[in-house]
Amino acid sequence: MLKIDGLCRPGLQPASFTLAAGECVVVQGASGAGKSLLLRAIADLDPNQGRVSLDGHDRAEMAATAWRARVGYVPAEPGWWADRVDAHFLNWNDSLARRLNLPDGMGTAMVVQLSTGERQRLALLRALERQPHVLLLDEPTAALDATATALVEELLAERRAGGMAQLWVSHDADQAARLGGRRLVVEHGRVREEGA
Amino acid sequence: MTYIRLELMDIALAGILVLVNGALSLALGLGIERKLLVASVRMVVQLLLVGLVLTWLFATVSPWLTLGVALVMVLFAGHEIMARQDRRLKGLWAYGLGTGCMLLAAGVVTLFALTTQLKPEPWYDPRYAIPLLGMVLGNTMTGIALGLNTLTAHVSLRRNAIEARLALGDSSHQATMPVVRQALSTALTPIINSMAATGVVSLPGMMTGQILGGVDPVEAVKYQILIMFLIAGGTGLGAVAAVMGGINRLTDHRHRVRLDRLR
Repeated sequence: MLKIDGLCRPGLQPASFTLAAGECVVVQGASGAGKSLLLRAIADLDPNQGRVSLDGHDRAEMAATAWRARVGYVPAEPGWWADRVDAHFLNWNDSLARRLNLPDGMGTAMVVQLSTGERQRLALLRALERQPHVLLLDEPTAALDATATALVEELLAERRAGGMAQLWVSHDADQAARLGGRRLVVEHGRVREEGA
Repeated sequence: MTYIRLELMDIALAGILVLVNGALSLALGLGIERKLLVASVRMVVQLLLVGLVLTWLFATVSPWLTLGVALVMVLFAGHEIMARQDRRLKGLWAYGLGTGCMLLAAGVVTLFALTTQLKPEPWYDPRYAIPLLGMVLGNTMTGIALGLNTLTAHVSLRRNAIEARLALGDSSHQATMPVVRQALSTALTPIINSMAATGVVSLPGMMTGQILGGVDPVEAVKYQILIMFLIAGGTGLGAVAAVMGGINRLTDHRHRVRLDRLR
């Protein structure tokens, strides 16, 4: 279980909530409300205060690299550090790419030649490859058509069934309804559970 | 050793070339005639003053005076490094990192040359120490400034790529290595190009000066090779120290990118 207790940083008021294994919590809120700040703070990518733990292990007592290997983060605008796609993966896997409607041989493609939607799916695959316990998803289907979105949702549902917890930022009300479960609402940097 | 003494008229005649440049600027509407004039006057005044200071310094041969002049040179060069940064570190780091690394690199290299190759008596003889330091400092300064500027620019521009690796569990060392390599490569390119072109495309100023001053060309070449090695060593040492110090400041113990530490 991911436990957040009083997590804050500039632009984000102290937030407290939990995320159980296999659970999906949707994060909603207007643009600029602080949703990405919340995800980045959990991933420890920006200086922050508060207690965060995973399965009883305090983040402060873990190396940041070990933390992020367990708590993955897929940003809305993923970055690429090499020219070729497969250089971003531990082991490029065509069959997994096929599941997200990506063509065979994409591993040897050049990142600059890919569409935004292809990059978004590849960024998700590269995060899933590391098999994190928790995945922080910042609008992972924002640039995808309905078919690709359905494939992404299906793949992530499988991972949840395997125990992966997901914190999923989405602007899409229909998608939030499909994902079900609890919802967090972020307004002006304040995080509250919907209905609370 | 014989050389042709220059009279004031000889220098004034050479100055006509700058006046020609100024006239061209006026004719073509380039608008740089004023800058050209100011730079020329500054150069003449600064060099005349340096000539007077060096004459006095060489006659005195004091270790403290030599050290004092060396320190002033380093501090000025440190300010120059800071001024050449598009995005500099906040606070004292902006000045301290470049100046400290340059002091380390130029100091080590100059002391190495003075105590093991040139061996003047005494070892701090300003006739050798100050010109040597000046040459090493000038080039090390360029290397450090280029290295730091490339580093800060690329960490800012490639933040997404660096954080993509960090988000997957890579260390900040792994994630920033490409930008560190780029910064060091940029820092060392001028001295590498300079060494490759020396003697074929260009004759270095120091060597030319020695030859014009009556020194045997082979002896002047030996001095030049020594200087080039010292400059390469100093630039490498200074750039590595500055870029490693810079990336250390731009990341933290939690393997995060700290662009908030840049202006």
